[in-house]
Amino acid sequence: MTDILPFLKSLINVSGLSAYEGPAARLIEEKWKPLVDDITLSRLGSLHALKRGHGKGRRPSIMIATHMDAIGLLVTKIEDGFLHVDEIGGIDSRILPGTPVIVHGKQELPGVIVIPPMKTLPENARDDAINLPHLLVDLGLLPSKVASLVRVGDLVSFDTQPVDMAGDIISGHSLDNRASVAALTICLEELKNKLHSWDVWAVATAQEEETLGGAATSAFDLHPDLAIVVDVTFAKGPGASDWQTFPMGKGLTICWGADLHPFLYKKLKELADKLEIPTSMDIVPTHSGTDAHSIQVAREGIPSAVLGIPLRYMHTPVEMVAVKDIQRVGRLMAEFISNLEDDFVSKIVWDEEK
Amino acid sequence: MPTIGTSQIKLLEKLCNAVSVSGDESEVRKIVLEEVKPYADEVKVDALGSVLVTKKGKGAKRVRVMLDAHMDEVGFMLVAEDGEGTYEFKTIGGIDSRNLAGKQVIVGKDHTPGVIGARPIHLTTYNERKKSMSADSLRIDLGTGGKAKPGDRGTFAPNFRRVGPSLMSKSLDDRLGIATLIELIKSAPANIDLLAAFSVQEEIGLRGAKVAAQYFKPDMAIAIDATPANDLPMQYEGENIFYNTKLGFGPAIYINNSSTIDDPRLVKFLQETAEKSKIPHQIRQPGGGGTDAGAIQKSLAGVPVVSVSVPHRYTHTAMSVSRLDDWKNTFALLYVALKRITPALLKS
Repeated sequence: MTDILPFLKSLINVSGLSAYEGPAARLIEEKWKPLVDDITLSRLGSLHALKRGHGKGRRPSIMIATHMDAIGLLVTKIEDGFLHVDEIGGIDSRILPGTPVIVHGKQELPGVIVIPPMKTLPENARDDAINLPHLLVDLGLLPSKVASLVRVGDLVSFDTQPVDMAGDIISGHSLDNRASVAALTICLEELKNKLHSWDVWAVATAQEEETLGGAATSAFDLHPDLAIVVDVTFAKGPGASDWQTFPMGKGLTICWGADLHPFLYKKLKELADKLEIPTSMDIVPTHSGTDAHSIQVAREGIPSAVLGIPLRYMHTPVEMVAVKDIQRVGRLMAEFISNLEDDFVSKIVWDEEK
Repeated sequence: MPTIGTSQIKLLEKLCNAVSVSGDESEVRKIVLEEVKPYADEVKVDALGSVLVTKKGKGAKRVRVMLDAHMDEVGFMLVAEDGEGTYEFKTIGGIDSRNLAGKQVIVGKDHTPGVIGARPIHLTTYNERKKSMSADSLRIDLGTGGKAKPGDRGTFAPNFRRVGPSLMSKSLDDRLGIATLIELIKSAPANIDLLAAFSVQEEIGLRGAKVAAQYFKPDMAIAIDATPANDLPMQYEGENIFYNTKLGFGPAIYINNSSTIDDPRLVKFLQETAEKSKIPHQIRQPGGGGTDAGAIQKSLAGVPVVSVSVPHRYTHTAMSVSRLDDWKNTFALLYVALKRITPALLKS
């Protein structure tokens, strides 16, 4: 297995906020090009990579969707050289003060998110958490310079550097969901040395954090027979310990709930057990909070599954994930794809149909 | 005239990226010792860990001038392991806990990287997000294989950067003072005995400076520190009349603070020096805050003191912001002032 870390680190060192995925898409395209037969961009900016199967005639296809967009901020107001910002994707404003950022103005400008001096805030805004509308970005530049380089609507992305941590852990921003893009990359690398009769659509989707719009439209466009979505899930750790959380580095999760086809769940679980890849059942009763929610209802309905990579501190600039879990997901998907029989689709039936 | 240039900025970067939390200032102490030894007549590391440097002048009737800058910074101490690689911690020095979550940190002598995370927003409630997070509720996470032990110190991860006219980093308070003091030793004038205290434990009660003053027995003292610039726009009706200092307006000369009334002779002397030499400067708004001058003034039979600070925004957070020109002018003011000190200054 090749070392995925350098690629993953490069991916979490670029921005690529929802609907502005370009910087991430370019890196992914470069990495995937030698691994697939064809790559195009969708109308909304998702990356569609086709790896043709070895089957004869009309081949069924599987779509593997990993969203590449990241959460971040955008400029809402400029005042005396300071920037007010609003969120793209869900951000708890309490994790922002002191965070290094890049403001994507007429040039890339490094800055920092700050809590302003208390006395400059309305009295009722000083106690407890400082809400996002009161936080500011300081670019270290004079107001005239800021006015000439930054406009309302400019993007603001996190600028925390990737860090290698003990226990084969990587930390940084946007591991949600670039960690899954890395897993899909491992899958494609493994498929180079395997026969698979199905066509494989490796898709890095756009806009998951805001609209799920990339996955919905890609699923329509590509019309796959089934889909696997890979996204991050909550790892156990400080502040997260309930039934929705899973130990980091101890295996992947397979989602169970209304977004997912139970037959696919069963098949993935059986295969993982056979390969001795540890898994946990990730219970998502209704909306899975992933691209599967929109892919499932594309076209006339697409059987979908979701694999999860446990990640700590989701939607902060210091997310953490275990490289081993990324590798496990990549390997499981490669095995699943190479084991797909030509008539697998006809086997996807409900128990009552049998 | 010597000034702050590329090599001084490089030294500041090295100082800022060191970890030197109150109670263990060894990393900054090492850099200071390396820098000052070739220039010093005497160097002593005292019982608390402060570096006390004597640089003697020439001629008769030399005033013994103590210059103080503190080597310590705010940070944390690990107090208990409570999971695989996760640690409970206590803050050291005045850290607003609202600046902790979502930050990169480093811990221990090996600079082990870690983070202070937070519960994912998806698992929080609206009401919970309105409440600030206390340090007690947060953990330092070194990764599942992370090795550290209770008692280890840590602080925000090094992040020094130069941006336009600004310097951005953790611990500009008081590495700006340390870097200034090192340069003043290198260019010390002959009319005074320069007694430099690179002191410890300022952030937890001005403790190093107190004993440093008792060792040096100076005739007068100047504390070189970093003071908040609260010069941000108002977010409600009214005018910002409590800015303390403003970036870009030069070194801040103190009139008083919460623990000291600066010596009127020395305040006037610094103002006159700045005006004569046309060095941009500002008067720090009176009140609040404190520097080592508070401890020095009340040591021995009393020491006339004054404080001079480089303004910086967002003190005691992961990243503060200062202006390079303010630092240059702080050095210039002190360099010129030292040369002008005569025994007459202290005769009222």
